[in-house]
Order: sequence, then structure tokens, then C-alpha cells
Amino acid sequence: MWGQASWDEPLLFDYKGKRRVGILIPKEELNAQTHLPEKARRKGGPDLPELSELEVVRHFLRLSQMSYGVDLGMVPLGSCTMKYNPKVQEVSSKVTEELHPLQDEDTVQGALEMLYQMQSWLAEITGMDQCSLQVPAGSAGELAGVLMTRKYHEDRDHHRTEMLVADSAHGTNPASAAMAGFKVIYVRTDPEGLVDLRLLKEVVGSDTAGFMLTNPSTLGLFEENIEEIASTIHSVDGILYYDGANLNGIVGIARPGDMGFDVVHLNLHKTFAVPHGGGGPGAGAVCAKGKMVDYLPGPLVGQVDGKYSWSIMPKRSIGRIATFHGNVGNVVRSYTYLLGLGSEGTAMLGVMSTIATNYLISKLRGVRGLELPYSSRPRKHEVVYTVSPALKEVGLTAEDVAKALLDRGFYAPTIYFPPIVPEALMIEVTETESKESIDQFAVALREVMEEAYSNINSVKESPKRTAASRLDYVKANHPSTFTPSYRVKKMREEGKLSPLR
Amino acid sequence: MSDREVIRLELTRHPWLPNLGNIDEMLASIGVSSVEDLFRDVPPAVRFRGGFHIGRPMSEEEIVERLDNLEEKNSKLTCPPFLGAGACPHYVPQAVRFITSRSEFYTAYTPYQPEISQGLLQAMFEYQSYMAELLEMEVVNSSLYDWGSALSEAVLLSHRLTSKKKILVPSSINPFHLQVMRTWTAGKGMEVREVPYDSRGNLSQDHLERELQGGDVAAVYAQQPNFFGVIEEELEFLTESARKHGAISIMGVNPLVLGVLRPPGDYGFDVAVGDGQELGLQLNYGGPMIGLFATRWDGRLVRQMPGRIVGLTTDSKGRDSYTLVLQTREQFTRREKATSNITTNEALMALASLVYLSLLGREGLRELGEEIMRRSHYTSNRFEEIGVIRPLEGEFFEEFLVRFPLSYGVVRKKLKERRFHGGFQIGEREALFCVTEAHSKAHIDSMIETVAEAM
Repeated sequence: MWGQASWDEPLLFDYKGKRRVGILIPKEELNAQTHLPEKARRKGGPDLPELSELEVVRHFLRLSQMSYGVDLGMVPLGSCTMKYNPKVQEVSSKVTEELHPLQDEDTVQGALEMLYQMQSWLAEITGMDQCSLQVPAGSAGELAGVLMTRKYHEDRDHHRTEMLVADSAHGTNPASAAMAGFKVIYVRTDPEGLVDLRLLKEVVGSDTAGFMLTNPSTLGLFEENIEEIASTIHSVDGILYYDGANLNGIVGIARPGDMGFDVVHLNLHKTFAVPHGGGGPGAGAVCAKGKMVDYLPGPLVGQVDGKYSWSIMPKRSIGRIATFHGNVGNVVRSYTYLLGLGSEGTAMLGVMSTIATNYLISKLRGVRGLELPYSSRPRKHEVVYTVSPALKEVGLTAEDVAKALLDRGFYAPTIYFPPIVPEALMIEVTETESKESIDQFAVALREVMEEAYSNINSVKESPKRTAASRLDYVKANHPSTFTPSYRVKKMREEGKLSPLR
Repeated sequence: MSDREVIRLELTRHPWLPNLGNIDEMLASIGVSSVEDLFRDVPPAVRFRGGFHIGRPMSEEEIVERLDNLEEKNSKLTCPPFLGAGACPHYVPQAVRFITSRSEFYTAYTPYQPEISQGLLQAMFEYQSYMAELLEMEVVNSSLYDWGSALSEAVLLSHRLTSKKKILVPSSINPFHLQVMRTWTAGKGMEVREVPYDSRGNLSQDHLERELQGGDVAAVYAQQPNFFGVIEEELEFLTESARKHGAISIMGVNPLVLGVLRPPGDYGFDVAVGDGQELGLQLNYGGPMIGLFATRWDGRLVRQMPGRIVGLTTDSKGRDSYTLVLQTREQFTRREKATSNITTNEALMALASLVYLSLLGREGLRELGEEIMRRSHYTSNRFEEIGVIRPLEGEFFEEFLVRFPLSYGVVRKKLKERRFHGGFQIGEREALFCVTEAHSKAHIDSMIETVAEAM
């Protein structure tokens, strides 16, 4: 039976050793005087523990055993595309790790060649004209996209204040639109689970800057009216923005550029297998078509006679979105992934992830308490279930299901998202999980639902086999107990801290 | 039209696509007769019928050969480049690489399920705690993308709190950070005003005070050390003036200097930003880095913070446990009212920094800072001996501006012939050099001799 390690591992600050060090600082015999200005000199060093190398390694190895990643088991988080990260990717850092971002171009030709190829491969995969790899992750790509939209309209003296967003959209869409100064207008989902076209046509007007859409949607459904959506937005000279978080379900099947999208962002840490790192770093791309190419963040890598350089600066670029060139050290991991897949493997991503999703659905048919909304349509990269029936009948919540899955050795799906589905379980298995592993997950979920009907209290007590049981969120967030650092803990214990006001 | 004309199923086996041999039985379970049925909702007009031009699938050996080939196309340098300007070369210990290569960390997602992610969450809490000690500030998030985006977020925060639009920055600000900030804040119509520096390279107090008089300033920013490497000697006046005029004070700081220099919390800054790259990260051609973001203990600031924060709590058995906190600030619950759109951050890099700092410890960090200063000052002295001067008199840490008696382009070329990479060119005869513990005395001497030859 699966069970997670549960080390009673103290904080580094609670280690007692003194005068230890984990790295020997190299010392050169140098005759050089330094004079720190007295007013800027630190009085009393930072209060950091002093540890040996072994203490440090053992501490973190123990912490690693109380963590969970794709290499341990399935992470079926919807819209996160937690696919396998091929190990050969880790070799790829040699292409970039020692390079300084401001080195002369003639000294970094290998890295530039890789970036140039990625620009063109991603443009081809998305059907766009040009890609910038400067965005460090998806949200930064979205911000770039909405800022591009803003500048496009400014250049035409358009007064566009509204950004349309589907009500099934990722929360980042409205957040990015708001950061760029737009008012967010939500477009409701129709009874089929698709963008309500009639409503869209009502809200589109002279204030519309653009429409942010993901296709397939967060429900895993392909927006089959995409051509009409595009022409509706373009009829008012609006910009159609593609949130690439869900691209995996259609790679090789359909391209955003062919659907009428003007700007696209990609999450290389989703579709293109950059490991997620426990929250990041990711890597991104923002790609544009036609008139929008001029607005991309720059510079971009160009090539003349086999020599690569940062020679392309889009004419009306929104400017720099990252301090340097984006997360190049991760772009090269995606590059490695694409080399391994080749054209044929890449073209199979949409097919294989879609088969995986629909296969899982077939294995979950007839599970009591688990309902599939909009059930007549095939899913793509992910599927959203609701456990509303089980909530009504036995009081089972989506959170309960998540916790009970942890006890069975799986990570949990995304829960309570999208908000238009109550008690939602959003599941994305990806094409890298074998049929048998999908079978096992389906069995686990079925068992959880059955247990809910036979012994709901047992489900409510889960997880029991993880390093921690359910947490006290009131304590975690309350102004008088909120503890975001050891410093706060210590100051509060010493009576030096008032509640957070 | 048969399936195979529409959807290409040419590949029969691949290590990363385990179900290629199970397609028929999976389709049977689904209850469709062909793959095509699963895409019946994709209109024919938008179906992609072309092919990609990535090449045939490569074996691992072939991939490694291709990567080797790319690596060879980069110049092999004698020693790390003498470049800084926002990223500096440092040695990364094996223990850091080892820990960040653990699959449980690097293949994990953001810890939405805390019970199964306690190790990762504790590590993030420790990262926040180490940075809190370095900065002497109470609340640190578990990372943003980089310094430029962290500064941008701080400026957006100041706008939300004050509803004002004017931002004061030193003209000695890192220009890349400034460019990023201009891009990110374009939607809010922020107006950036530059405050000049004096002959030592320090921020001008008089100018700053004058700019603040209007009472229309949202935030005042200082960078330590500034872009020219100069250590700002006086910063207390800045936090005092900002407070007096209702502006948010922001300090940008390279956390590596905080073993020897006064931290932002000690000056009373509201917000600190920076980049953790110099604490345990490779250069990575400029990314991934670690956007550092901290505030002092003030609910007004904390509730406006962008990004993930990990906090301490207890589980149902009363054990100390960790979880993401104050999530009502974030995009997935607050949508357009969120404090930021950020989702993916730089957690693994934050972990690298934490491991690095835990190896260094208190004295190690101070010693490292002192060793870097000795080497940078030794280099600066050697430059002076051959007639290359420092136009700004102010004290510096690892970076310093130098002026050559001839065009820097000539020097740069000569250095490159000897496989050295010189500093970042600022003007016709000026460049910003960066020297760290990654540059040995022998390399420094040899670099200086090469410069002397060029002159």
C-alpha cells in the first residue's frame, strides 16, 4: 500500500550547529583594500544557520521525499498538462548555462541557432508568422498579448476599453486584461458548453479591444464556431487572442493561426514538456500573425548567411517584457523535446492526448455521483466532471475526492475550476500516461466515489497516507496567526509583532 | 476520406508516446470507430493538413550529438565573462545541482495539494525565511520571474495603493529593468521621472526631494548597488521623504551584497525587489532567474502582494505544516481584481538559492562578499595601473565603471582574440566590468595584460 515518507524534519533555522560551512569559499592572496562606506555597512550579519554539506543535503533529500511529481505518479491537473519530462532534457542546459545574456552575438551562435529554430518551429506549429521567446511563462505571454492589443488600437486612434473573456477562461485572462488597463466583459457559455455566439454578437462593439479565448476550452471542448467568432471580432477590428494553455489537445489537428487568431501565447512548460519545477520556472512564447507581428516584444533572433543575431526589432514593439531573453535555459529543454518527437511525433500530440482523455471518460462511465456536463461532445486535452450529485446525496465535495485520491498514490485533479461547473474535477491525463496507468487512475476515482456512498466519514478523514493531514486554513490566513517566514514566527514568539493590519 | 489521409498515424513506437500500440483498443473502449470521430467538431476549414518541418524523431544519442554541436558553436572562453549588468557569473556547487535535480521537486506542480507537498512547501517557506533574514523584511513571496518584473509589480502595487502615476527612479537604474517596467506599466499610464546622480555616482537627495514636493508620486525607487556598481551611501533620507509625501519606497537590491551591506528593512523601505540569480544560479543566457519580492509587516502592503506566499499552520493532528496562503489575492479566485496575473513562478530557482544560502550560512555569505570585493578591487587597481580609470569615485561591490584612453571596441576585440569576454559597453570608451569569485587572480592578471597590450 502506498504511503508517503513523513520525516519530522525541522526547519533549517532549528539546526543547532555552529561554525559550520557547506561551501569552502576560494581565497586568493590579493593585496587590495576595500572601504565599505560606514553608513551602508551591515551591522550584525543576517541570522542564517551554519550547516555542513551533509546536513544540507540530508535536509533537502528528506523534504524531497515529502513532495510529489510526475516521476512518482500521475499528476492529472486539468489545464496544467503535466506530461513526462524526458531525462535527456537535463543534458540540454549545456547549450546555455554558461552564457551571459549580454555576450557578443558571435560568441553565442549555438544558443541563437537553437532560439531561431524554436521561433520558426513554434510559428509553424501554431500557424502564426513570428514568435518571441522572451516571455518567461504563460501569464507574461498574456500580458504581452493584451499590451500588443492595446498598442495596436492606440496606433489607430481607436478608443477601445473592453476586453472580452469567456466565462470558462483561465483566471489569468481577466487578470492580464486588467493589468493592461482594460475593463473585462465576460461572455457566457451556452448550454452546449461553447461560447454563446448570440451573446458575443451583442457585446461586441466599438469599445471592444479584443477577445481572449482558449480553444479547446477549459471544459476540453473545441469551439466549433471558431470561424464565426473570429469574423465577429474582426468585424470591429478587434484582436482575437489565443490562450495556449490548452494547445496540447489539438497540436497537429488544427492551428490557432488558421482559426483566425491574431496573437497566441504558449506555455512551453505545458505543451512542450519543460518540467514544472514545483511551480516554475516555465518558459513561454508569444506569437503573432499579420499586422500584429509589428507589436511583439523584442528583439527576435534573425539569420543572415548562417549567422544568427538579435537583429529583428518589431517596428511597433511593446518593448521588453523580461529583463533579458526570457527563460532560455528552459526553451532549450523544449527544443530537446521537439528533437525527440520530430515532425511525426509532434503531429501526434493532439491525437494521443485526446485519445487519453476520452479513454478515461469511457472508463468512468456509470460511476455513481460523478456527472459529465455537456456529455454529447467529445473532449480534447481534458475533461471536467462534477460531483454535485454526490454532494447532494452524501455530502461529498470535490475537495474530498482530491484528498482521497492522494491516499491512493495519485495527485489530485484541478478542483473547483472552471467556476461555471459546481464541485468541479478538471482532469488532464496527457498522452504520456500509458493506458494501464489511466486504468489505474479510473479505478482509484471509482473506488473513492463508491467509498463516499458506503462510508463518507472515511473519505472526509483523508488524506491519511501523506506527510500531513488536512490543514487549518483559518490559522494559516488569520491576521494574528499568519506566518509567512521564520522571522515572523520568532518576532511573534518574542512579543515583537502585532497582528497584521 | 480514410483516416490515414486526414490524421497521420505514421509513428508506431515512441518512448514518450506509450499508447501508439493501443489506439484501436482505446478507441473501442471510447466507442468510436476512428480517431477522426474524436475531431468531428473541428470544422474542415481549420483542419491542419500540412506537415511540420522539425525533422524525423531523433534517438537520444542523436539528440545529445545535436546539443554537443550547438554547444561547440558557442565560443569557449578562458574564464567566465567580465559581464554583469543584471546577471553575474558565479560558481554553482554540486549540492545545489543535486538537490534541484530531484524528480520529486523538479517534476512537481505548484503545491495546490499541501498534504502531499509538505517538503516542497517547507522549502519554499525556508526560501522566504532566508530572504526575510537577508532583507530584514517580514513577508517575502515564493518568487516572481526576474528583477525587472518584480520592479514592475512593485510599481503596479504602489499605483493600486496611492492611485498616483508618477514614479521616481534613479538615472543609475539598470536600463533593462527600466525598460521592463515601462512595458509592464504601459496600461496604467505611469509616468517615470529620472533622478540624477552626483560625481560619486550616488543618488541626488536634493533632486529627489524636489520631485516629491508635488505630492503626486506613487513610488520612489533606489537600486543597491546601482547600475554602475556604485554602493548608495545614503538611503535613509529616501524612505523618510517618501513617507512624508505619501509615496511607497522601493529598494532594488542584489541579495548577495546583504552579507556586508545594510538591508532594505533596516532603512525602512516598504517594498524590496531584486534577483536571486547571484545566489546559486547559472547564467542560463539570462533566464530563468528569480524575481525577489518582499514587504514589511503592513497589511496594506501584504494584501496587495503579487505571487504565491507559503505560510505555516498546523494539520488536523496538530503538526506544524505549510500551505499556500492569502490565495484570495490570486488570479484563479479574484480574476480581474487579482493583485497580479502571475501563476507559474520560479520555484525551482528559489530552491536553488535556498540550498546555496544554506550551504554558505551566515559567515560564508559575508566571506564570499568580502572575497568578491577583494577581487573586484584588485582588478580595478590593476586597471588603474595601466591607465584605465574609474570615472565615478563611489565605493563598489563587484561591478565598476571604467574609462579607457581609447575606444573600448578595440579593447573588446583584443580581449576576444585571447578568449576573454570584456565588460558591458556603456559609451565609446566606457564599460561596466564585473568581477566575482568565479574569476581567479591568474585570469584577472591575464585579462589586464591583454588590455594593456591593446593600449
